[in-house]
Amino acid sequence: MAGAGFSGVPFPKAARQALADTQLRRNLGHATATIRRKRADVVGELPDWEALREAGRAIKQRVLRHLDSYLEELEESVRRAGGLVHWARDAAECNQIVTEIAHAHGATEVVKVKSLTTDETGLNEALAAAGVSAIETDLAELIVQLGDDRPSHILVPAIHKNRAEIRELFRRTLDVDTGGLSDQPAELAGAARRHLRRKFLSAKVAVSGVNFAIADTGAVCVVESEGNGRMCLTLPEVLVSVMGIEKLLPTWQDLEVFLQLLPRSSTGERMNPYTSFWAGVRDGDGPREFHLVLLDNGRTKVLADQIGRQTLHCIRCSACLNICPVYERTGGHAYGSVYPGPIGAILTPQLVGVERAGSLPYASSLCGACYEVCPVKINIPEVLVHLRARVVAEHRAERRLPRPEELSMETLAWIFADRRRYELAQRLARLGQRPWARSGRIRRLPAALGGWTEGRDAPALPAQTFREWWRERERDRAREREKQREGEQVRQRISHGDSHGNDSSRHDSGGKEPE
Amino acid sequence: MIAREEVLARIREALDDVPDGERPEDVLVERAYRQHDDASASERVARFAERVADYKAAVQWVSPEELPAALMRALHARGVERLVVPPDLPAAWRPDGTELLVDGELANDVLDAADGVLTGCALGIAETGTIVLDGGARQGRRAITLLPDYHLCVVEAAQIVGSVPEAVAALDGAARERRPITFVSGPSATSDIELSRVEGVHGPRTLEVVIVGEAEASH
Repeated sequence: MAGAGFSGVPFPKAARQALADTQLRRNLGHATATIRRKRADVVGELPDWEALREAGRAIKQRVLRHLDSYLEELEESVRRAGGLVHWARDAAECNQIVTEIAHAHGATEVVKVKSLTTDETGLNEALAAAGVSAIETDLAELIVQLGDDRPSHILVPAIHKNRAEIRELFRRTLDVDTGGLSDQPAELAGAARRHLRRKFLSAKVAVSGVNFAIADTGAVCVVESEGNGRMCLTLPEVLVSVMGIEKLLPTWQDLEVFLQLLPRSSTGERMNPYTSFWAGVRDGDGPREFHLVLLDNGRTKVLADQIGRQTLHCIRCSACLNICPVYERTGGHAYGSVYPGPIGAILTPQLVGVERAGSLPYASSLCGACYEVCPVKINIPEVLVHLRARVVAEHRAERRLPRPEELSMETLAWIFADRRRYELAQRLARLGQRPWARSGRIRRLPAALGGWTEGRDAPALPAQTFREWWRERERDRAREREKQREGEQVRQRISHGDSHGNDSSRHDSGGKEPE
Repeated sequence: MIAREEVLARIREALDDVPDGERPEDVLVERAYRQHDDASASERVARFAERVADYKAAVQWVSPEELPAALMRALHARGVERLVVPPDLPAAWRPDGTELLVDGELANDVLDAADGVLTGCALGIAETGTIVLDGGARQGRRAITLLPDYHLCVVEAAQIVGSVPEAVAALDGAARERRPITFVSGPSATSDIELSRVEGVHGPRTLEVVIVGEAEASH
């Protein structure tokens, strides 16, 4: 089982496939543009947005620097509220805990609320192997699950499917009458409602993720839209919630920041339809047994890296996906992980190791838009550059043969160190590029340099370098000055010889002052 | 508990750059954002009404005298015959001519088959058009506002606060009592199919809010 649900396919290879899918590109372009616009509108409504971001960042920093004591406090609070707390070092241990709970209650089916963390651990597959089927209840996750497909976006995982495909899928797979089903989204949602209502009413065990957990009250929070979350959190007898150890907030009051940051950044709403909080178990209201699983699975490795640590601020809003020019074109599948987009490009390599996901930190133009929209101010470009350095160091440490990129960098360093070498190289390159350059661009560099142009055009070297242009300009100016001086001397001679001239005639006849 | 000790040990090792004497409160959190909404009471109620309506929920604002008639009208228009209510619903809110299913331990399939539910709430948030339920007076347990397809909710004008920070502060007591708390902003919704918004998936597909009382009487 790959960690972080990581496929291991290098980004450029996966991206090329995705770029060739015109429907995916159209749907993604529409989705990202629409959500971007909605986000900008509701963020613009709040005059104190920057203060909220700063507070969100600071609270997360406080949590991470004291994570051990906050986790112990949370554990104690949940226990006092009648819940059971489990710790999981890795994905396998997490899946084992959930499977044992399902078996203990004789459940052959569990209902699930969309949870990236259990996607990361591969929980559904582990449960299936143990004879328990996990039913995804979020509409998009249901579409993905029924189609044996993969999510393409954190927030709208089935955005790559259109309504006609969904209708065909529902007709084929749902347990309810779909005879007259049209492809209207409202009707499709209605069919899913009928199909899942029976599951909600009969399931004994539910599994959820966690958006926030409050250390001082033991409250756990799920943020959602459809009400499938409320169904899972309220109706079954047993509830198991899986959370990454970083999803903590110190106090109830801290929610005043995050309940403003998350919905506006995520779906572009002032508030999402449903946000649920519960602590442990409550007599006569909701499940009779509550389990909270605290998952590490690589997070402590992220924590140990002082620059990478901020990655754990992430509240999974997906604003960075929607703003990213790379994500907008390639979609989520190309990142090969349950965490796509800019956040995935920094989180996945840290969770599974840069030696396995070394192409992801390069899946960015470093434009910095992701940092600007991040509600908890994760400096994604900074972490990307840091991880690129780690990829290079990793490569060196393994004493592999230097790559063409490294060789060319070393050569460049030698050339750049001396002006004459540099200028000679420029002249040679200008001659050398002739077979490849077309209207100012090089689409494919030759041989070992080809790696550079796999994902982008290289600009051709211009006919003249800046230094050449400057020297030429200085020469011209000197010549100009020389001419002026000569003109001045001539004028002075004339004016001495003709003392009757007046002011205006002197001006008219004189050389023009430069403007 | 091997896993617990190991995860905690990994965390402590990862944080060896944090000075030993540093306490959580040494990490500065500047709360420079707005804590209070300066709007007048009537502006606040009007904004709440407008923002609830933005979610495609029906909203009306009535005086206490008009409330029973307004509830009857709403239930009648919707064709509700069997209505779930919490055990402590005020007598004045009980509509005539509708079969009331007073919750005690109503089974899930009874809730599922009911035509609607009528409750009060803990508070409303003007800035976001949100209704908050905390299992307190006139609200009942969570399942009754979830399974019926229609939720009619009475919000008193004095229960409406301006901002999210004000709401979180007002809910502090309920949070400390570890009561389940649910924020409801419009009917359940999805945009999962081609991003086109559908009001109503698993939760109540219709939410109707009746604001009652004089804004001037509120805090």
